[in-house]
Amino acid sequence: MAWREIIYQYDGSFDGLLSCIYESYTQKERPTAIVCDGDAEPCFFEVRTVATVRAHAERVSRSLRRLSPDVIPLLRRVHLTCLPNKEMAIYRFVAKLYREGPRYLTRLSDDAYQPLLRAVHQLSTEVEHLRGFLRFSVFDGMLGAEIEPKNRVLPLLRGHFCDRCYNETFFIYDRTHREALLYANGVSRIVPLESFEIAAPDAEEADYRRLWKRFYDTIAIPERENPKRRMSNMPKRYWGTMTEFQEESAEAPPAAEEARRFRGSGGRLGRGGGRLDHAATV
Amino acid sequence: MELLDKLTILADAAKYDAACTSSGARRGHVEGMIGSTSSSIAGCCHTFSADGRCVTLLKVLLSNDCVYDCKYCVNRRSNDVRRTSFTPKELAELTIGFYRRNYIEGLFLSSAVLGSPDRTTELMIRTLSLLRGEYRFNGYIHAKAIPGASPELVYQLGLLADRLSVNIELPSEASLKSLAPNKTKRAILAPMRQIRYGVAESKAELVKYRSAPRFAPAGQSTQLIVGASGESDRHILNLTESLYGQYRLKRVFYSAYVPVVENALLPSLDTKPPLLREHRLYQADWLLRFYGFRACELLDEAQPDFDPRLDPKCCWALRHPEFFPVEVNRADYETLLRVPGVGVVSAKRILVARRTGPLHADDLRKLGVVMKRAQYFLTCSGQLATPLRLSYAGVMANLMAIERAALPAAQFEQLSLFDRVG
Ligand code: SF4
Repeated sequence: MAWREIIYQYDGSFDGLLSCIYESYTQKERPTAIVCDGDAEPCFFEVRTVATVRAHAERVSRSLRRLSPDVIPLLRRVHLTCLPNKEMAIYRFVAKLYREGPRYLTRLSDDAYQPLLRAVHQLSTEVEHLRGFLRFSVFDGMLGAEIEPKNRVLPLLRGHFCDRCYNETFFIYDRTHREALLYANGVSRIVPLESFEIAAPDAEEADYRRLWKRFYDTIAIPERENPKRRMSNMPKRYWGTMTEFQEESAEAPPAAEEARRFRGSGGRLGRGGGRLDHAATV
Repeated sequence: MELLDKLTILADAAKYDAACTSSGARRGHVEGMIGSTSSSIAGCCHTFSADGRCVTLLKVLLSNDCVYDCKYCVNRRSNDVRRTSFTPKELAELTIGFYRRNYIEGLFLSSAVLGSPDRTTELMIRTLSLLRGEYRFNGYIHAKAIPGASPELVYQLGLLADRLSVNIELPSEASLKSLAPNKTKRAILAPMRQIRYGVAESKAELVKYRSAPRFAPAGQSTQLIVGASGESDRHILNLTESLYGQYRLKRVFYSAYVPVVENALLPSLDTKPPLLREHRLYQADWLLRFYGFRACELLDEAQPDFDPRLDPKCCWALRHPEFFPVEVNRADYETLLRVPGVGVVSAKRILVARRTGPLHADDLRKLGVVMKRAQYFLTCSGQLATPLRLSYAGVMANLMAIERAALPAAQFEQLSLFDRVG
């Protein structure tokens, strides 16, 4: 393969990344880097924007599925992680897999493979943590939560919360990646949402928070206090969005106002029939 | 009394119960109902309390107003504490309110003996019926069967709960007699036996009719108090093994005794809870359930208690030099599991990874093997992972140093206490 210093730019979607791989193999060139639109810093290398083409992505996807049915699900997950330069990590892995065939998949400790497994493992741990540590507030009968994850966890939390809250209307806002999972009447969407401020609690919500905090403080056995163990089981970075670690706010202004503001901003969670409609969906 | 006060009293009275998992029941969402238990397969921790324990369920007593007088218990009749009970409606609303906010996976309902075992059980049934019926709760429920309650009532309770349990608390009949005079071994074992057969029967029925009533689909568990009475670790572990075998228990929990009362028969009030001992028992329990060990391999007459300085698996390995070193590129799964530093996950990875070629020490680390521990017990294609062969005492000292660093501060204190004694 010719070595031309070229940087691929893509739209950040998984199909987009597969299209980059397609581009590389059809153009017989190996990119120096693969970056998201707008992330490319000015440099001396040639930057090419690779369009996301469904058919190209499907070609790559099919060739990988032929090697093993597990590859695409693995790569989808890697793509959600915060692994630095994850696009190139995926690219290198795929290149090696093409070269060595399905046997490569048992080489769990290989340098192009093991970092992916580790990143995915961390992703799974974060998803598992957030299933438990995520806190909803009730606004006007609707549930809302905010999280600050390292990885893009919403696509993986989706199934769990849609099942658990099947008969509810809810949203989860991801502050880190500025996107929200919205759910109503059996339909869910993930939409980009630049900024979002959660409403202040109403009286009932404030009561439940107080009850929960009290329960949390009561359930610990003082003779067994163990900050180290608590910290390793529940790292501090989660505490910022957990009810039991928040100061009680002195006053409780009505929630409805803010909740409605949410409905008017990013996505609209229509009241009549709970219809969801948004331009961009994931 | 205000709800906040009730919650404080009834959560405080329930906190010594260690069983707080929600595993084993899988039930997806149901139209018109609140919640599911599908995340409960692995058990879901919603938070960790200041003592580092996982909080999954709203763990409370229905009432702390007890007619019994178990000497080790804060709720005993002769103790001077504030008494209160939830109404079924209060508890149902609290559960729903917490559940919707994702604070909890469900309810863990236990109770002191309010009047009589039957009356208490009836009240629990009323609460759970309200929660499942009117409040349409489809999440996880773990209920405590009260020793001495009639079988019909225990059966009804089991139809409403995912898991039923009876706490044995004291690991021998002699301790029961002296410390819990109102309870007998029979009163405790009878409902356990009933639950065991109830669960099995319900499963068999379900195979035949899909709509057969489900009796405690997540099975039963129990708790043993460690350190309130004089039983050895060996006694406790043998009991555990027979509970897993004969009674088909899903889990046995251990709770280090926290002195709550001055009594000549009990450890004095300034005794620290034996956390390290509890920790070793949990490690051994894990070895029984997932690593193919038997209780008699871990402890025997000559050594009836665990060495506080080393985990049970390392202890076993050091006592069995004939078993080692294990060759990672050939050993079967069961053998790999016996190597300190190799876990269920890393053993499985080794089986996969070695198919493409022999593994080296470096690969093992990447596969998740804890080489600090494993190095003394492994060879890779005939080569020892550590070039120099240490003496038994050397290996022991190294392993102990690793262990010491890994233990939380509170347990470390207990360890230095042991050091001083001998
Ligand atoms: S029966 Fe015994 S252990 Fe249970 S609450 Fe009453 S006094 Fe405590």
